[in-house]
Amino acid sequence: MTQYIIRRVIQLTFVLVGVSVVVFFTLHVLPGDVAQMLLGDRATTEQVARLRQQLGLDQPIYIQYFRFVVGALDGDFGMSLHSSHPAFTDVWDAFPITIQLSLAALFVAVAGGVPLGVLAAVWPLSRFDNTVMTVTLFGVSMPIFWLGLMLILVFGAQLSLLPIGGLMPIGVEPPRVTGMSVVDSFISGRIDYIALSIHHLILPACTLGTIPMALITRITRSEMLSMRSQDHVRTARAKGLSEPRVVLKHVLRNALIPVVTVIGLQLGLLLSGAVLTETIFSLPGLGRLMINAILDRDYPVVQAAALLTAFVFVVVNLVVDLSYAYLDPRIRYR
Amino acid sequence: MTTVEIAITEQAPPPRRSVLRVLRRPTARVGAIIVAIFLLLTVIAPEIAPYDPYDQDFGAALQEPSLDHFFGTDQYGRDELSRVMYGTRTALFSILVADGIALFIGTMLGLIAGFYGKWVDSAIMRLVDVLLAFPYLLLALIIVAALGPSLFHSMIAIGIVATPVYARVIRGQVLAVRTTEFVLAARAIGGSAGRIMLRHVLPNSFTPILVMATLQAGTVVVETAGLSFLGMGAQPPSPDWGSVLAEGQGYFLTSWWIATFPGLAIFMVVLGFNLLGDALRDHFDPRRRKE
Repeated sequence: MTQYIIRRVIQLTFVLVGVSVVVFFTLHVLPGDVAQMLLGDRATTEQVARLRQQLGLDQPIYIQYFRFVVGALDGDFGMSLHSSHPAFTDVWDAFPITIQLSLAALFVAVAGGVPLGVLAAVWPLSRFDNTVMTVTLFGVSMPIFWLGLMLILVFGAQLSLLPIGGLMPIGVEPPRVTGMSVVDSFISGRIDYIALSIHHLILPACTLGTIPMALITRITRSEMLSMRSQDHVRTARAKGLSEPRVVLKHVLRNALIPVVTVIGLQLGLLLSGAVLTETIFSLPGLGRLMINAILDRDYPVVQAAALLTAFVFVVVNLVVDLSYAYLDPRIRYR
Repeated sequence: MTTVEIAITEQAPPPRRSVLRVLRRPTARVGAIIVAIFLLLTVIAPEIAPYDPYDQDFGAALQEPSLDHFFGTDQYGRDELSRVMYGTRTALFSILVADGIALFIGTMLGLIAGFYGKWVDSAIMRLVDVLLAFPYLLLALIIVAALGPSLFHSMIAIGIVATPVYARVIRGQVLAVRTTEFVLAARAIGGSAGRIMLRHVLPNSFTPILVMATLQAGTVVVETAGLSFLGMGAQPPSPDWGSVLAEGQGYFLTSWWIATFPGLAIFMVVLGFNLLGDALRDHFDPRRRKE
């Protein structure tokens, strides 16, 4: 297992270098001159040239890349062209909101998807199974931004059950500790804050969690069905074990191994979906920050956000791979 | 020579299952009908759309669905039905461009990696790994950031994002096919690498390409609309579905029809391609067929 971990970590390092190359070089073909943008249209050619020199933009591209990597390792991506804060500070402040949203969506997906998949597999081809399969097919075909708007329309505007945006009501804010509104509300110890923060998170989490929930339901059902015909399950039945015991102890337990992997791999979907969900629900997370940064051509923020997101994505994928290799020894010897 | 001919005859790949037989599945038929309606609309939209999708009529702004405007009107009085109908054209265009880019580049990369192996394979697959290390929308956003927001740039971005998926699938397929005896026989009679790849390996990788292209078509429609919704793709007043949704976002709480119909159109098209793609995959995969 140790050898496998070392091999995967070395691979991860190469991938991260590749990620930094892609982020840096893609954004360095940005149309427009950053120095010109900073100084405005009235700046003279000399002023632009001086700023280009100060920012190092007159250096050869490989030197700029080297400086970018050294800065990135130190958390220094330069100053945001929009907020004038260090770019990484802006990104780091927005990051907990995206993490909170993604975790809440994952909770919705797993809490809904696994039981639905299990029940559908227990009664295969029944009316319940067909309904679940049809609904999940609709779920995976649903554009997330449209689903969000429809949920707002029904539960926010028509039924007035849930808030339609933001992390908390205007003027209410728990003292910032982690940057996650729910966690900070718990830390503050105020029940009203806790209720409000969860209340605000329900619609965004359901919006973002729907597609992963549909996928988890389908994979759980499929794995349960293929596990049901295995020899060890037949043996368990032959021993006279009750059906619930066979399903829970012998079928579900083994079927869950690939399901756990699929759950882990939903992160890419969640991080991508978070960009859209944050836009719809006006959440000041990483996705929304990045969209605004792209529209403002604030490329230090775009670089910092892209690199941080890709880094988290790659590391979580590694953890998922390692956990799978731990659960299934065949993987690590392949 | 005779020996080679015998080898080719004996080792010819098994006969392919007809693509049309997939339509025996009810889900495939539903998917095919939805896709056919979508394709038909792209052609006849100008003939059957009741209004010009760009025509503004402030006197008729934000009218709810009626006999005059089946899907209602937006804040500029433009007919929603006409805009949704014309939106099929952008959606089809995005499939052709983005799926086309991904299919062409991905297939070529997968073919070359799988066929040549060794360091060529390693180099291409590491590049693929790097591209797969980004959440898909993030990579598309970085590319759009570099190129500048526009519909065409968003299609290029989505095409690039989808490329690694094709490359991986095709590479796997090539690895399975390249050691078969009909490929070895083609090498033995002196076929060039390009000819063997294009004439022998590629046709035998047709099935996964078809399945992937169908499933990706739906994904491309959602992603293009998503980027337009974020302001990174089609720009107003284009009748692109994502752009129409984004434009109507400020009014949809009081005028439900503005966001409902373009979203429903995206949903239906994606559902159609998903049903068809799933059915094709099940049709050609013996394990799934058995299940």
